[in-house]
Amino acid sequence: MMRIPFAAAVGLFFTALYFLAAIFAPLLAPYGMAEVVGDVWEPSSATHLLGTDNIGRDLLTRMIYGGRTTIFIATAATVLSFTTGSVLGFLAAVLGGWADQLLSRAVDLLMSIPSLIFALVVLSVMPVTVPVLILVMGLLDSTRVFRLARAVAVDINVMDYVEAAKLRGEGRVWIIFREILPNALSPLVAEMGLRFIFMVLFVSTLSFLGLGVQPPEADWGGIVKENKDGIVYGIPAALIPAFAIATLAISVNLVADWVLNRTTSLKGGRG
Amino acid sequence: MGDAMLDVRDLKIGATAYPPGEPPQEIEIVHGVSFQLEKGKVLGLIGESGAGKSTIGLAALGYGRGGVEITGGEVWINGRDILKGGMRGLRKLRGAEVTYVAQSAAAAFNPAKKLMEQVTEAAIHHNRFPKSEAEARAVTLFAKLGLPDPETFGNRYPHQVSGGQLQRAMTALALCPEPDLVVFDEPTTALDVTTQIDVLAAIKEAIRDTGVAALYITHDLAVVAQVSDDIMVLRNGDKVEYGSADQIINAPQEDYTRALVSVRSIEHEEQPPTPDPVLRVSGITARYKGTPFDVLHDVSVDLHPGQTLAVVGESGSGKSTLARVITGLLPPRSGEIEFAGRTLSPALEGRSREDLRELQMIYQMADVAMNPRQTVGTIIGRPLEFYFGLKGKEKRRRLKELLDEIEMGDGFIDRYPAELSGGQKQRVCIARALAAKPKMIICDEVTSALDPLVADGILKLLLNLQKIENVAFLFITHDIATVRAIADSIAVMYRGKVVRYGSKSQVLSPPFDDYTDLLLSSVPEMKLGWLEEVIAHRKMESAGN
Repeated sequence: MMRIPFAAAVGLFFTALYFLAAIFAPLLAPYGMAEVVGDVWEPSSATHLLGTDNIGRDLLTRMIYGGRTTIFIATAATVLSFTTGSVLGFLAAVLGGWADQLLSRAVDLLMSIPSLIFALVVLSVMPVTVPVLILVMGLLDSTRVFRLARAVAVDINVMDYVEAAKLRGEGRVWIIFREILPNALSPLVAEMGLRFIFMVLFVSTLSFLGLGVQPPEADWGGIVKENKDGIVYGIPAALIPAFAIATLAISVNLVADWVLNRTTSLKGGRG
Repeated sequence: MGDAMLDVRDLKIGATAYPPGEPPQEIEIVHGVSFQLEKGKVLGLIGESGAGKSTIGLAALGYGRGGVEITGGEVWINGRDILKGGMRGLRKLRGAEVTYVAQSAAAAFNPAKKLMEQVTEAAIHHNRFPKSEAEARAVTLFAKLGLPDPETFGNRYPHQVSGGQLQRAMTALALCPEPDLVVFDEPTTALDVTTQIDVLAAIKEAIRDTGVAALYITHDLAVVAQVSDDIMVLRNGDKVEYGSADQIINAPQEDYTRALVSVRSIEHEEQPPTPDPVLRVSGITARYKGTPFDVLHDVSVDLHPGQTLAVVGESGSGKSTLARVITGLLPPRSGEIEFAGRTLSPALEGRSREDLRELQMIYQMADVAMNPRQTVGTIIGRPLEFYFGLKGKEKRRRLKELLDEIEMGDGFIDRYPAELSGGQKQRVCIARALAAKPKMIICDEVTSALDPLVADGILKLLLNLQKIENVAFLFITHDIATVRAIADSIAVMYRGKVVRYGSKSQVLSPPFDDYTDLLLSSVPEMKLGWLEEVIAHRKMESAGN
C-alpha cells in the first residue's frame, strides 16, 4: 500500500481530530454550550480540563463547539470561493477578449479594497447570520482564487491538446472541465489548503471584532475576545483558541503539501 | 597512449531515477565507454536520444547534468585524470583547457550583456589573455567564422543577431581561450538546413585553423560525416561501433550503424493529379492580429484525394501559418478555401461538425498534443464518441481496430501519455486523427522531433494508412529527405510566398530557381566531402543569415 510520510501523518492525524471533534461536538462536549458550570476563570481541574471562561462556562466545551462553528464556516466559505473563483477564472481564460477584461477588471476593483474593511462594511449593513458570513467571506476570497485559476488556465489554454479539442469542435464545458481542470488541479489543491486557513483566520478576526459569530454561539475568535482581559491576570484561557488555530493551520497545510506531491508525481502529472 | 590529448577509459555514468510510486533507483546510463582523441582531430559521437552522447560529452568537462554522476572510469586530459583533481582542478580546466558549445545558443547567451563581454569572459577570467588581446582574438575569430563586421560585431546584444550568427558567436566563445578541446553539443540541430550549412562550414574551418581537438555530438550521421575524422556510434549508453568516418559511412560493420546510414530510403511512387482536388486553397493572404505585415501572400495550392502535398520551407516561411488558416484558427484577410467540394467558412466558429471531422490535424510535439491526464483510450476514444456517438462495446472494438492500425495493440488503452515513447506518442496522435475518418489530415512537422529510425517508422505507417483509408495529407516540413520519401506534389515556400509548386518530379528536377536550389543542396548527404562541394556551388545566402 502507499506509504504516508511522517509529516503528512501528523497533519492528517490533527486535521482528522479537529474535524471529528467538530462533527461529533454534542457527543463529546462534557457540558452544554452556554451552560454556566463554575466560577470565573477557574484553573484546569478534573471536572474542567481546560478550566472555565470569563463567566464560568466550561472552556473545553466552548472550544469544541467553537471549533465546530469555525471549521464549518471556513469550509463552506472555501468551497464557495473555489467553485466561483475557479469556474470564473477558467471561463475568463477560455473566452479571452472582452469577457476576460470585464471579469479581470471587476476582480481588480474588488481586490483594491482591503478585504477585512470591505467585509466589516458589508457586515455592518447586513444582518450578521452564518449564511451571510459565509457568502461575504467566500465571495471576497474568490477574487484570489480567480487570479490563480485564470493564470494557470491561460497557460494550459494555449497547449496543443486544447487546440486539438477546439479543432474537434468541443464545447466550452468539455474544454474547461475535461481538458483544463485536471491539469490545473495541483496548484488549486495547494492553494485550497492555504485559503482554508486564511478563512479560519478571517472568521476568527471578524468574531474578535464583534462582527462575526454572535454570542452566545461560540467560535474560536469569539472565545479569544471573551477571555482577552484574563491575559492581564495571567489567565491562559485566551491562548487556547489561538493554539488551536495554529495547530489546525499547520496540520491542514501538511496534508495539502502531501496531496500536492502525490498529484504531481502521479502518472501524467506535470511535475 | 602517448600523444592522445583526451583519453577516456571505461567511463561509467549513473543517475537516480524516480519511477512514480516507487522508491528512487540508481541506474547506469553509460556502461563503460573508452575512446581517445589526438590533437587537431574531431571525434563524432552519434546516437539517438537517450544514447548517452551528450552525457559523455559533458563528462569530458567532468560535469554531470541534473543528478547525473560519473560513477567510474577515468578521463585523462593532457596527461591528467581530471576526475581526481577535485572541484578546484575542474574549475581551472573548464573554460580554459576544455570549452563547450551548447545546442541552443539563444538560451545559452545572457541577453543582458553584449556579445564581446561574453565571448572574452572565460579567456580573461582564466588569465589566458589580457583583455585587449582577448578582444583582438575574438575579432579574428569573428572574421574567421564569417560573421558580418567582425570589428563591431561584439558590440551587439544576442537578440540583435540571427540564430545562425549566434551559434557561430558561441563557437567563437568556445575557441577564444585557446582551449585544447572543444565539446560541440548538437550545435546545428536547432537551425534551418540552409543556415546549418554555413555554421557547419565555419565550425569545420575554425577547427582546422586553430588545431584544437573536438568532440562533435549529434544525432545526424550525415552532418557528423562532414566534420569528423573518427565516429563513434552509441546506443543506450553502449558503444556500437567506433572507426574512421570513411569506414562508418562506407563500410559499416554493425546492423544498427547500417540502419542509420540507410535511413530515409522509403520509396513512394508519385500519383498523377485528379480532376477534383479535396482541398483547393486560392489566393490566401493572412496576417496575425496586431501586426502590420502579411505572413502569407496570395498562396494557392491544391491537394488531391488520397495524395500528399508537401509544403517545404525554412522557419518563418509561413508554412505553419498556412495550416492555421486552413484549420480556421487564423481567418485569412482574403482568399478562399474549398474543401470536399464546399467552401469552408474562414473562421472555426462558422464550420459544421462535418467540416471539422473531415479535416484533422497532427502536431509536431506529440507530448503537448495529448492531455497528460487522459489515457490513450480517452484520447482516441473521444473523437469516436464525439463524431459518431460510439459507446461501450462498439467503441472498444473500434479503439482496438485503430490501435492495431498504428501497430500498437490494445494493451495501451489504459496507459497515460507519460508512459509512452516518443514514437508511440506520435502514433497515438495519428490514431486520434484517423478515428474521425477524415478526408484530409494536416501533418505539421510530425517527424522532426523524432529520432531518424523512429521517424522512418512513422512515415512508413502514414504511407500505409494513406493506402488503406484513402486520406490526403498536407505535409508541412523543412526536411527535403522526408518530402522525397512521401510527397506526390510539392509547394516550396519562402517568406510567405509559394515560390515553386508542382508535382514532385517537376519540383525536384532542374532547372531550379535560386531558392529551391539552395534548399535542395543544403540537405546533408551521407557522403564524405559533401560540404565542400556544396559550399563551392552556392548561389544565394539563406534567409537566416
